[in-house]
Formats: sequence, structure tokens, C-alpha cells
Amino acid sequence: MRKKSLAVAAGVASLALTASIASADTLSNIKSKGFLQCGVNVALAGFSASDDKGQWTGLDVDFCRAVAAAVFGDPSKVKFTGLTAKDRFTALQSGEIDVLSRNTTWTVSRDTSLGISFVGVMYYDGQGFMINARKLPDVKSVKQLSGAVICVAAGTTTELNLADYFKANKIDYTPVVFDTLEEATAAYNAGRCDAFTNDQSGLYAARLQTSSPKDYVVLPEIISKEPLGPAVRQGDAKWLNIVKWTYFALLDAEEAGINRSNVDEMKGSSNPDIKRILGTEAGTKIGTDLGLSNDWVVNIVKATGNYGEIFERNLGSGSPLNISRGVNALWTKGGIQYGVPIR
Amino acid sequence: MSQEVVLDVAPTKASPFYDPKLRSIVVQVAIVVLLVFGLWWISDNTIENLRRSNIPTGFEFLNSRSGFEIPDRLIDYSSESSYGRALLVGIVNTVRVAVLGIIVATIVGFVVGVGRLSSNWMIRKLATIYILVFRNVPLLLVILFWYQGVLALLPNVRSSLALPFGSYLNNRGLYLPRLIWSQGAWLIIAGLMVAIGLSWYVARKAHARQMATGLQLPVFWVSVALLIGFPLLGCVLAGFPMTVEFPQKGTFLLTGGLDVKPEFLSLLLALSFYTAAFIAEIVRAGIQGVPKGQAEAYSSLGIRPGQGLRLVIIPQALRIIIPLLTSQYLNLTKNSSLAVAVGYADLYAVGGTILNQTGRAIEVVVLFMAVYLGLSILISLVMNWFNVKLALRQR
Repeated sequence: MRKKSLAVAAGVASLALTASIASADTLSNIKSKGFLQCGVNVALAGFSASDDKGQWTGLDVDFCRAVAAAVFGDPSKVKFTGLTAKDRFTALQSGEIDVLSRNTTWTVSRDTSLGISFVGVMYYDGQGFMINARKLPDVKSVKQLSGAVICVAAGTTTELNLADYFKANKIDYTPVVFDTLEEATAAYNAGRCDAFTNDQSGLYAARLQTSSPKDYVVLPEIISKEPLGPAVRQGDAKWLNIVKWTYFALLDAEEAGINRSNVDEMKGSSNPDIKRILGTEAGTKIGTDLGLSNDWVVNIVKATGNYGEIFERNLGSGSPLNISRGVNALWTKGGIQYGVPIR
Repeated sequence: MSQEVVLDVAPTKASPFYDPKLRSIVVQVAIVVLLVFGLWWISDNTIENLRRSNIPTGFEFLNSRSGFEIPDRLIDYSSESSYGRALLVGIVNTVRVAVLGIIVATIVGFVVGVGRLSSNWMIRKLATIYILVFRNVPLLLVILFWYQGVLALLPNVRSSLALPFGSYLNNRGLYLPRLIWSQGAWLIIAGLMVAIGLSWYVARKAHARQMATGLQLPVFWVSVALLIGFPLLGCVLAGFPMTVEFPQKGTFLLTGGLDVKPEFLSLLLALSFYTAAFIAEIVRAGIQGVPKGQAEAYSSLGIRPGQGLRLVIIPQALRIIIPLLTSQYLNLTKNSSLAVAVGYADLYAVGGTILNQTGRAIEVVVLFMAVYLGLSILISLVMNWFNVKLALRQR
């Protein structure tokens, strides 16, 4: 609690006291301090979590590493700030972090009223519900949750969707709102609520933390669109471009079949598309125009692999979550992840 | 002319630089100017920074639709209500837990404080252990202890503990029967009003009589009889205008009746028991702060110990206790913001949600400060009034 209040207080204080926080040139700031400061979730398996050695892993974490690799050519030049849903925007607004990569839903009001810009969608998600099938064997649908007590984390779009969905379907419910996802999960596990609602990916993660994951069922309804993506402060188009194109580079690399193990080999490719992406085209200026080096995509892919590799490692077959690509597959494979061309 | 004369006759007058009056004025003006400039600089800088970061400012967001639900509330509210209304729900919830907490903490604190001075070894030691434990454990842990350690371990809805009078206790809270008033209920309130008026009158008369003749009347018992009798009379006259609604078991939970949620209960218990430990020590200090001679004096006048405690010791002890009690009340009110740990919808929790949904960090933090400051000033004013009333009057 203390820490969180402090973070908000520090954010407000820095908005009030610093002569100019939205320093126009984020890139040179980062270069002069020698590392990228990235805001991530405190603990959400698959997206960002730190182990007992303080090593961070996850989809959102790897995106930060990809940006660091693009800027410095070195994915280790990044420091992580664990943020709750409540602190995240203040931390970005006040300049405490350079990139917010914390499973944050992209909405129009966030783009317009928070002074931040979203750069893309790292994970297309939707809100779902989880119940304990052993305690509630008859419940097969969200519509049967009339009168239920539902645990939810504060200050999220989840909380708003919940109210809207139950209102639209005229179902009674009692929300119990917790400050952080961990508290909500803990209370749900303690039996305070009948159901737990969150983005579906978060539900799978929460299920792994229960004592008997097999007993828990994620109900079929998806009640919202949750495009989760990274965001940066407004007012620095150059920095926005770097973060945005890091995201597209991850997708384009996957589409072009460039991965961690073959990237060096691919540098010798004669395919003009791949040459453009990897900056081996003669006289190319794509990387330097972005403010980076021309081999920026090489650095990114060497550091984290392409989007597909990041996904499988953290959420997919290489992780205990075992989530299928689904809509997050490339557009060429039936999904909606679409890398804007690098040319 | 005259000026010259003055200068001539008062050559010893020091330069204005050493004039204490002038100096103090200059210093005070300088401080005010610096303060105003400082505030202006901070607010101007803030507004400029926000504008440059494309973050809108102002309080008009309080009128927009909130879109989230608050389960535990005393006033009407739904997701269609405004952010302002949501904040009001939070403020009311903060006041509710603070007021009830202050009452419970004061009662428990006084009992334990007096218990600590008891001549009974067992009571004395129990009170000491209570203070030792609760005063030395962080409040957040006390709250989590009640929430996760006590209330979460209660049985689930289907195997609720049945309590007397149709009440139930389970891990979703405490369910009590609720009285539903119907027409004619105003007669009961009217009866209560009349009883209060009469009690006050009786007390005054009895006091005047004691002053005049030295005879004491049983004021306490008369008042009790009045306060019970008149509302009861009103109740009978109106033909018992109330029905009792008992909690019923539903699919997921008990419906009907009055449900006290575990979030509220754990916060209230934690705040009360924690603050009570401090109040107990203040009460003990207050009683021990009254000189021993006072007790000897009333004994020698033939006043019984119980009466002496009530008429001689406590009034003097209160003068020591009240100012310290005020800071405990302020602490309790501000500590209620720890509600956020257990999901109770107090001002801080609701405000936090609003902050996150709207991104208006500065405005919401300003509102937080204003409300807590207002509540604290209110408590201080009431307690100061009480303190002045109890102060020694020079006659």
C-alpha cells in the first residue's frame, strides 16, 4: 500500500515541481542515462513476472527488451518498474517510465484524456469469467451467475465491462473490488466470491495459482474486446515511432521467417524484403531515420526472437499457460496480427 | 517644523531597522508574499506541464457517468451515476467506518484502560496483554488478520453458522434481520423526542433540588424509564408499525435482511481494536495523572469509591484524556484509508478507481486531501468544544 501511494504521490509531485517533464527528446534522455525504464505488471504469469533472482519474464517484459535492443543493441539495458493498474498511467505521465508495457487495454478515452498514445496491440484479449466447477457444478454460462459475488481488480476496463454487461443482461451481482489483481485472486481463492473476472489470459494465469487448477473452469462467454498493448507519452513523435516500429518489426520478422537462430544467416539473403527489414540493403536509411542503427531489427530478433517466438515462449506451448495463438496468429495464418511493411 | 523638533528631542531613537514592530511587519509580509508566490509557481507550473503533456485539467469530469458499481453503500448509486456521486458514496463509507470505529474504540479503550488499573490480577494482566499485542502490530496486519485470518475461515453460504434471532454468519458476511418501518413509525420517533426533552427537564429539576435541599433524586433510572416508555407507547399507539425481514437462503447468497459485509466488518474491527489499545493507555495515564490526594480527600469526606471515581477522579482525568483522545480519533479516521487492502469502498478506494478511469491524478489527490482535512478539522472542532466545556472554570 505504502509503495503504491508513494508512487502516485511521487508522480503528482513531479508533475507539480519539475520545470518540464514531457521532455521532448525521450530517445536522447534514455541514451544519456544508459537504460530504458519500462513499466510492467507486478505479477501476471505469462505477461510479466519476476522470479526469486529478480529476473523478469513475460510477453510485456520481452517487448521492453526488444525496445532496449533496438535502442542500445543490448536487451539487458532495461530496468523494470512493477506497477499496479492504478499507478500505471501516472507513472507514464510523470516521466517515471519511458514505456508502459503492462497488459493495458487500448481505448479512445485513454488515448485522448491521459496524455498517452498506444502504439499497437501485443495481445488481443477479451474479458471472461472463471468459476470453481466443483463448488458450482450447474453453472455453464455467465447468464446463470444471477446474484453471484464477483471478485474484480480496481481501476480496470474489466470493472466497467462487468457493470455494463450485467446491466445489459439485467442480471444482479455484487462486485468486490480489490486494489490489485493479487488481492482479488487471493480473495477469490479464499472463497470470498463465486466468480472471478479478468482478461481471459489473466484467468488462465490465475488458474495456475490455485491449489487445484483442474477444478476451475473458464466460462465460454467473452464479454468484451481487450486489445492489450504498450503506450508512450504524447508529445514525442520520434519516440512513438521507435516503439511502434519495434512492435511491427517483431511481426514482420515472423512473417518473413526471420528468427533468433537464423537471423545471422538471413543477413546474407538476397530477398529484397528481408534485406530491407534487416538493413542490409545498400544505402538504406530506414534505421537511421528512426534514430536507431540500420541493423536495429537484427538486434531485436537476436535479443527476443520474433513475435511468434515471444508468444510461444511466454504464453504458448513453451509455457505452463499453453494458450493457443488464436486471433493472435499472423494475418497470413488466420489471425489478426498484421505487421505494417518496413520499407 | 514639528518634525524637526521631534528629531531634535529624540536623538536616541534607533533606526527603523531595529524597530521591533516594523521588523515583525516586514517579516510577516515577506513570508506571505513568498508563500503566495510559491503556491502560484507550483500551480502555474503544474497547469503548464499538464497542458504540454496533453492532459486535460479541471473538475468537470465529476459530472460524467462513472460506469462502475459500488456494492457496499448507504446512499443511492448505480453505474449510471456520476463520478461525483461515486466519490460521495466513498465519503459516506469513510464517515460510517470512522464514526462507528470511534464509538467502538472509545468503549473498548475505556474498559481496557480501567481494567489495566483493576485490583483483580487476572483482569489487569489480560488488559496489559491486549495493549501489548495490538499496540505493537502494524495496523495493516491487524486488518488482514481479521479479513484473511478470521472472516475468510468462516463456513461458506450453504453451511452458514446460524445465530440467534434468525441471523447468519458466513464467509460472505454477517446477515441480520432487518426492521422495515411502515406508516406511523414517526410516532416512535416523536415518543423518543418527548422522552429526551422530559429527561433533560427532570435532570435540571433534580439538580436544582439537590442544590437547594441536598436531596438526590434517581435521575438515571427515571430517564431510562422515560426513554424506553415513550417510544414503546408510540409503538403501541401506531399499532406496531414494523415488520421484521429475515435473511433467506438463495442460490449464491442469503438475500433480504441486513448484510454486513466482511470487508466492512474486518476494517471496523481492526480499526477499533487497534485504536482502543492506544486509548486504553491514554485512559490509564489520565486516571493516574490525577493526584493521589484527590482520592484521599473524597474518602475523608465520606464519599464512596464508586461515587468518588465518577464525581472526582473521572472529571479531572478527562482533562488529561480529551486532547490525547482527539489525536487518536484523527488517526483512526485517516487510517481508514487502509480499507483499500481489503476492498472496502471507502473514499480512498473509490477515488483510486476514479483516478485510474479518468487519469485525473492531481484533481483526485486534491479532493482526497480536502476531504480528509475537512473530516479532521470537524473532529478537532467537536473535541475542542468538548475540551473547553470540561476545562477548569475559574469562579
